[in-house]
Amino acid sequence: MSVRVQSQPFDMGQEVQAFSVATRGAGAIVTFSGMVRDEGGTLSRMEIEHYPGMTEKALAKIRAEAMDRWTLTDALIIHRHGALEPGEQIMMVATASRHRKDAFEAAEFLMDYLKSRAPFWKKEFTADGSDWVTSKQDDEDALKRW
Amino acid sequence: MIDVMYFAWLRERIGKPKEQIDTQARTVEELVEELRTRSEAHALAFSDIASVRVAIDQDLTDMSASLSGAREVAFFPPMTGG
Repeated sequence: MSVRVQSQPFDMGQEVQAFSVATRGAGAIVTFSGMVRDEGGTLSRMEIEHYPGMTEKALAKIRAEAMDRWTLTDALIIHRHGALEPGEQIMMVATASRHRKDAFEAAEFLMDYLKSRAPFWKKEFTADGSDWVTSKQDDEDALKRW
Repeated sequence: MIDVMYFAWLRERIGKPKEQIDTQARTVEELVEELRTRSEAHALAFSDIASVRVAIDQDLTDMSASLSGAREVAFFPPMTGG
């Protein structure tokens, strides 16, 4: 499966291993993983809400666009939802290509689009209560370069 | 009848994830106007429309979009994935 939305943790090592076997001969694999920050020890947990149905559709569309724009052997997106603790992996992307430039660029493209075009909403919990993470103008601006 | 869904702080402010609405609204904007009159909570949730995003049948769109044939309309804040 090239796009996965799940609440349970994933093993990045295993995922990259399986991905590299499946894309054998690609020559270049780029991976990125986003983790829950501990914000200097103040963050107790994070909850990620999503829109079941639309999420899978949006991720598949973003992946298809990357496959279309760069010469890729394959691309993988895994994104979690539900309750996560500091240090846990939230998501990962992997791209495989014959040459590194396509793999790097496509991975950055996937990340930029995941940030503001995939229906996930993060809520942070601290000793003082909880707050929805607000989107940043930088994230919106990042899309303009593609 | 259309299913109207709310996510994140819109869901919290309105107090429910989903409601069925019998509406004559032709566009998202008209639907928002109608929703605002349903309760104080709705009015508050939709008070700053610039911070609300919308999807029709699970595709992102904008406030001027037509509701013709729409079955599911979702409102939510800007997304924070990744």
